Amino acid sequence: MNSLIARLIAQRLALGISLLFAVSVLIFAGTQILPGDVAQSILGQGATPEALANIRRELGLDQPAWQRYLSWLGGILQGDLGTALSNNRDIAESLGRRVNNTLFLAFWTAVVAVPLAILLGLVAVRYQNRWPDRLISGSTLTAISLPEFFIGYLLIYFFAVQLNWFPSVASVHDRMSLGERLHAIALPAATLTLVILAHMMRMTRAAILNVMQSAYIETAELKGLRSLLIIWRHAFPNAVSPVVNVVMINLAFLVVGVVVVEVIFVYPGMGQYLIDHVAKRDIPVVQAVCLIFAAVYIGLNMIADLVSILSNPRLRHPK
Amino acid sequence: MLRHMPVTAMIGLVLTALFLICAVFAPWLAPYSMAEVVGNPWEPRSAASLLGTDNIGRDLLSRLIYGARTTITIAALATMLAFSLGSVLGILAAVLGGWADQLMSRGVDLLMSIPTLIFALLILSVMPSTIAVLVVVMGVLDSTRVYRLARAVAVDLNVQDFVEAARLRGEGRIWIIFREILPNALAPLIAELGLRFIFAVLFLSSLSFLGLGVQPPDADWGSLVRENRQGIVFGVPAALIPAGAIATLAISVNLVADWILKQKTDLKGGRGG
Amino acid sequence: MSRELEFLSTQVIMGRMSRRDFLGRAAALGVAIPVATSMLSSAALASSPIKGGALRAGMQGGESTDSLDPALWTSQVQHSFGQSWGEALTNVSPEGDLVPRLAEEIHASDDAREWTFRLRRGVQFHNGKEMDADDVVATLERHSDEDSQSGALGIMRGIESVRKTGNYEIVITTTEANADLPFLLSDYHLMIQPNGGKDAPEAGIGTGPYKVVEFEPGVRQRAERFQNYWNPDEFGHADEIEILIINDTTSRMAALQSGQVDVVNRVEPSIVDRVANLSNVRVQSVAGRAHYVFVMHADTAPFSDNDLRLALKYAINREDMVDRILRGYGTVGNDFPINAAYPLFPEDIPQREFDLDRAAYHYRRSGHDGPIVLRTSEVAFPGAVDAAQLFQQSAAQAGITIDVRREPGDGYWSEVWNVQPFSASYWSGRPTQDQMYSTAYISTADWNDTRFKREDFDQLARDARGELDETRRQEMYRDMGLMVRDEGGLILPMFNDYIEATSDRVQGWNPHPMGEMMSGYALSRLWLSA
Repeated sequence: MNSLIARLIAQRLALGISLLFAVSVLIFAGTQILPGDVAQSILGQGATPEALANIRRELGLDQPAWQRYLSWLGGILQGDLGTALSNNRDIAESLGRRVNNTLFLAFWTAVVAVPLAILLGLVAVRYQNRWPDRLISGSTLTAISLPEFFIGYLLIYFFAVQLNWFPSVASVHDRMSLGERLHAIALPAATLTLVILAHMMRMTRAAILNVMQSAYIETAELKGLRSLLIIWRHAFPNAVSPVVNVVMINLAFLVVGVVVVEVIFVYPGMGQYLIDHVAKRDIPVVQAVCLIFAAVYIGLNMIADLVSILSNPRLRHPK
Repeated sequence: MLRHMPVTAMIGLVLTALFLICAVFAPWLAPYSMAEVVGNPWEPRSAASLLGTDNIGRDLLSRLIYGARTTITIAALATMLAFSLGSVLGILAAVLGGWADQLMSRGVDLLMSIPTLIFALLILSVMPSTIAVLVVVMGVLDSTRVYRLARAVAVDLNVQDFVEAARLRGEGRIWIIFREILPNALAPLIAELGLRFIFAVLFLSSLSFLGLGVQPPDADWGSLVRENRQGIVFGVPAALIPAGAIATLAISVNLVADWILKQKTDLKGGRGG
Repeated sequence: MSRELEFLSTQVIMGRMSRRDFLGRAAALGVAIPVATSMLSSAALASSPIKGGALRAGMQGGESTDSLDPALWTSQVQHSFGQSWGEALTNVSPEGDLVPRLAEEIHASDDAREWTFRLRRGVQFHNGKEMDADDVVATLERHSDEDSQSGALGIMRGIESVRKTGNYEIVITTTEANADLPFLLSDYHLMIQPNGGKDAPEAGIGTGPYKVVEFEPGVRQRAERFQNYWNPDEFGHADEIEILIINDTTSRMAALQSGQVDVVNRVEPSIVDRVANLSNVRVQSVAGRAHYVFVMHADTAPFSDNDLRLALKYAINREDMVDRILRGYGTVGNDFPINAAYPLFPEDIPQREFDLDRAAYHYRRSGHDGPIVLRTSEVAFPGAVDAAQLFQQSAAQAGITIDVRREPGDGYWSEVWNVQPFSASYWSGRPTQDQMYSTAYISTADWNDTRFKREDFDQLARDARGELDETRRQEMYRDMGLMVRDEGGLILPMFNDYIEATSDRVQGWNPHPMGEMMSGYALSRLWLSA
């Protein structure tokens, strides 16, 4: 059994790594065909033809693409992400900060949102079609259907401007203690929680309800177990697979897709960093960030697959 | 069946129908055209414009009604495409297993791992920004999420006794996919459908914001919220109204989805609620 | 400083003496004019600045791609931050006069080709080195290197040579007569760096009132007061300045409202009245030289037909656009890029009106038929998509069909503007009329986004540049303005005001028509009331 799992994990890891290589080719090719001139974008409206020509030469656009790819890949394998074209800063260093910030926000949001979503899902099942269920469904649905910036502005309006409880500018920096940081990210984390809660909660509810039809739940009920306990002990484990998948999609979103929240709360994460560099066509940075995003997705999807397999005895022991 | 319809589902159905009517009969229902400037910016409600005016003085009600058409059409088509593509391929992957499954799943991972924004930018800057292209891009991008869910559910189902039984009976793959697995996978998929629809509405608005979506003076609801967002912290209701419309649409569509979900479980003979 | 001069400058502040009188008196006292102007500015601000505190600004216009190298500056944030830690040879006052900064005195040869700059002595860089002629020459060399990516390269190309003629004196020779040279050297890219920044362009070391302590591009930039600064009376009042980059307008206003920042730039016109109603917040607006435009390529069909260009110029409702897009915070434009904020503005050019009959007349004469595609984007200028739709509406009344096409903001400046024949854009002001015209309207201009190419216009621009007689020069600018207005590809519906806001703790705001944030001087000139 253990060796089986170990083999499974090793297999998926190897697959994940080869996938990353495939992605790196794709990213490299994609950024090459991204329309828009690098040099022009770097200099913006204020570009002179001379400066343009200089930048183009500096970018080494005269070398063939495969050569550039290989040297890029070689650099990455040695942990060297290169320097940004737009401001000559070391990418690994500036990006490192941003990655930390992004993970910090994602982590604390997930710590709140995931258990809350599952709990709300269980409660909704327990009180299916009664008022707690309706209330939970209705409010989470409303939250999810409002654009993120809208929720963000509402929270800013009430909690930063009117009540002055939390700062609207969540710009964390090195001189802050953990407590200060948590205080600073309260509003963006709350916004993100509202955004991802409904998706996970609804999937939990639906998946458990689906399982509840099965005969073994009836058996458990006949055994006289209390309802919420039945749901948690007997129904939930069998509903784990779709739930984990949706949770992973949302965790990935927390890392990859939070640019709007970053902009609104002035949070120095990866999203804004990527957007700025896409706009300037700063290809090395775009490639580096995309690669990290890809790694996050592939990693999370891998975990989701493994959990799905491990949670299902029949999959664990294929006939 | 309709006789046993709960009140909530009724509300959902009526509201959804109302939105659809707005979408279909927009030119007859709207008091003004989409582009016509009828007053000063952000005028409050009045007899002339029932919901007030937008950020440059166009009638908000008219824009909302026309917006319903763009929003619902594109979001619905994109969601349908995402679902048919995602669920069929996902289940197929689960049933086939082995190399075919790996190939498709890793392909999807690959697609998902490129940030949506970059992807959309890439494709839409090469392709013309027409409604058809928008629908296809949104549908394909979204189908990857549906695929993962469908496959996860189907893999579980694929090893259940009744599927084994069907296999032993000698049923073909098509039968197993459409008769055994799909009906049993519907619950989570339908739950997902309602949400995906809403995500499509929101995604459309962010595309419009990037300049890749619907062309002005047409506007989808998300764009209406964006156009008027400056007023939010100053208590101008112009942004609240389209946001409210999206929320109402979301809730009504999901109420209907819930109801369908329940119908399905009832028909299966389960206990239901 | 002589006591009499000090007295004179107080008189001006109290309104007893006109500026012109003051300058005349100063000249009579044997002081070079630039010195006098500098004192005037400091007197204007000298309602006793208070030293101390931390001044925080929330600004739009910063990106994570920003650099500390002055050559690479394009963003608004770098402009403001740069003016706080760096200094150029000259500054331009809000009235449009030349103010010396690191140069102390400036003399031109009679043909306006040879310029002598005497440098200020005893000015220290943040690294302790004293600034001298070598640093200035090296700086100008670095920016005029054809291999550099400097944003000032265009300006520097008019310079033939820069020579050191003493430890504190340099001579600049221009390729042709240029009466505006000292104004050009006020460009914010031309911050004097030790050895011209040739060794470490991104070190952020200058001679300014603040020295950089934290630089996180696109997030925050912080600087603290430089203790050895040479001119602490005029600049550097707060102990510490910090710029938080808040690109989202609503968040910026919320940060100001909740007291997390003291100054914000770019208050959007749509909400400015509501911001003005907030307690503890003051709105600061100033009519500027920046303008929002629609540009047609005059050499591309159908825009090669002047009748079609005129039809479109008459079909735009300027007043309505100023009302709806700028909410009154701006002035109507007249299809040439100069307004009264420029010195030597030709005042008697009649205003072009919104005239549907004339639009229809010229449209008929052009013989054009079918829709005209106008490309726009959120990034072209704030409200550009809305403005294009207003244009579409008003043109439709004259029977002209405009197809508004919204382009992605990403890539707009490289793929659409200056590439497509009809698009929305903006221009910020330039220090002089000549600069504006040579940047975008002479045949060889790098950014001739209207493809306006006329030999007689170019000749006129050259002559005006070398003309030291101001009346003659103003007449020449009148002719140039008329040419662009009546035959160019520029549709200029509005000049936008700069609208900013401060909390009521902030003192010393002195509006500057040349640019945002008091043309970048805000952080080093404002102070906080106790």
